[in-house]
Amino acid sequence: MDVFMEYVWAFVIGGLFCVVGQVLIDLTKLTPARILVSYVVAGVILGAVGVYQPLIDFAGGGATVPLTGFGSLLAKGVKEAVDKDGLIGAFTGGLTSAAAGITAAVFFGLIAGLCFKSGSKINEK
Amino acid sequence: MEYCAGKTFRYDHASVQTYASVVGKAENEGPYGGGFDEVIDDNKGGADTWEQAESLFQKKAVGHVLQKARLSPDKIDLIFAGDLLNQCVSSSYGLKDYYIPFLGIYGACSTFAEGLLLAAAMVNAGYADRAIAVTSSHFSSAERQFRFPLNYGGIRPPTAQWTATASGAVLVSETGKPPFIRAATAGKIEDMGVNDQNNMGAAMAGAAYDTLKRHFTHMGSHPQDYDLIITGDLGLVGSDLLHDLFARDGIAIESRHKDCGLMLFDRSTQDVHAGGSGCGCSASMMCGHFLKRIESGELKRVLFCATGALMSTTVIQQGGTIPGIAHAVELTSY
Amino acid sequence: MNISNQEYGELTKKRSPNSKMYKTLPKAFLIGGTICTLGEGLLNLYAYLGLKEEHAAALTSMSLIFLSALLTGFEIYDRIAQHGGAGTLVPITGFANAVVSPAIDFKSEGYILGLGAKMFVIAGPVIVYGVSASVIYGIIYYIIGLF
Repeated sequence: MDVFMEYVWAFVIGGLFCVVGQVLIDLTKLTPARILVSYVVAGVILGAVGVYQPLIDFAGGGATVPLTGFGSLLAKGVKEAVDKDGLIGAFTGGLTSAAAGITAAVFFGLIAGLCFKSGSKINEK
Repeated sequence: MEYCAGKTFRYDHASVQTYASVVGKAENEGPYGGGFDEVIDDNKGGADTWEQAESLFQKKAVGHVLQKARLSPDKIDLIFAGDLLNQCVSSSYGLKDYYIPFLGIYGACSTFAEGLLLAAAMVNAGYADRAIAVTSSHFSSAERQFRFPLNYGGIRPPTAQWTATASGAVLVSETGKPPFIRAATAGKIEDMGVNDQNNMGAAMAGAAYDTLKRHFTHMGSHPQDYDLIITGDLGLVGSDLLHDLFARDGIAIESRHKDCGLMLFDRSTQDVHAGGSGCGCSASMMCGHFLKRIESGELKRVLFCATGALMSTTVIQQGGTIPGIAHAVELTSY
Repeated sequence: MNISNQEYGELTKKRSPNSKMYKTLPKAFLIGGTICTLGEGLLNLYAYLGLKEEHAAALTSMSLIFLSALLTGFEIYDRIAQHGGAGTLVPITGFANAVVSPAIDFKSEGYILGLGAKMFVIAGPVIVYGVSASVIYGIIYYIIGLF
């Protein structure tokens, strides 16, 4: 597969994940926080039943960047840890595999919190 | 249960002596920009926090009223004040340095009419020679308390309204000059079963309908007898619903009806969705626009009906509904 | 009131405008797709620089989160989100925005109980339910493996 198509699929699949979210927002009363939670849990389930990895192989960033990718990463980490360490892996695997993302969010959140002031959000024309 | 018709208070000795408004940048860029006494361009005015900023708006609004009336704070007998924040902190912190006897009130966005009703009643009864009513709201402080952090990319549905960054204050006394405060009807809590916190207009329209109807009945008046019927912040959805409710009685009020929420911002160029809202919305439109027109006699008889959604984020999360309330105040130039 | 809440609810539904989906869906698609394509580009860049696949993926997430934190601080992310809708919500950058924005906004209530405590006020549930779901999956996977 040539490089160009790789990017096209990342764009299309990633875009479709967002469209599904937008449909949920527009047609149901689901709040953004609920949608995020649903996406992560859906990612764990899709990762668990083994359909998410093929999607990642196919669409790359289109599947890893949406929050479902975060969920599938948790599932993947748990599976590998259970394979290696047994039952304790169910508790160590998830956060280990997601450590980079969560730590980055916490640390950059702290730095941003220290550096920036809350925005005025003046309604501009 | 029997329908409670309540009472409409009649006043013979109450006028608006002076009035003033302070608004933020977007409000001044709206269709009625330029009519306000002061504009705080960064919405903050040098304050450290948004709560302090809102206090400052209220402090300045009262300051302008006093300055216009050439009175010092000790000449004021009573001040009625309210806002949207928990414990009404914008009022208590904004007004503490004036040392005027203070009665804090809460009626969500209907508070300005509530204050006007009470100030007029106190002056009319002779308990106070001069009473001030003031309210404020601030987009940033309201957003933090009721919705999301300011830098969060939250999504607003088309029915959502934009909290006005504004404050308005009036000084009520017996001047014998217009604008006269002639009558007022206190609203009842009307729970229409609305539980969508992004649709405040719908939560309030029922209350506005009930209050207006009772006011017309008690006054023996008809919507056509008024130059304008001004509602507070029903916005697009609430205004349509109010028209619908009157239409069911065979009364068309569209030609007389104006809504401050639909006037303060230009909905076609400013991204405010269903319109403006907040205690400061109707306060600034009244003090920055309508009271002038009544004072000059251009508007002869006006019914001002500010509407409030008595929403609590806690109760909403518990699955509760949003009750609405509306108070009506009749003002005349004669 | 001379109208039942049910009847009023129907009136409300009729009078409440719906989102213009012919606008919101394409925008969510374009903006969300763009963020994912950026992720794909970063992934390839880091792989090209010789990082292991796992590390490249982790670094990609971290880069996107950093970018989102920066744009959140400069009040740009929420402006993009006005148009992006779910396109800015669903990608990992939306998660980062949900962590960073309360950190900035609640700083006024102090570094511990404001910034520190409120950081996960929106994004916390994502971690609670994501991690819990993965634990349940791990236990089921372990039990199935016993047979």
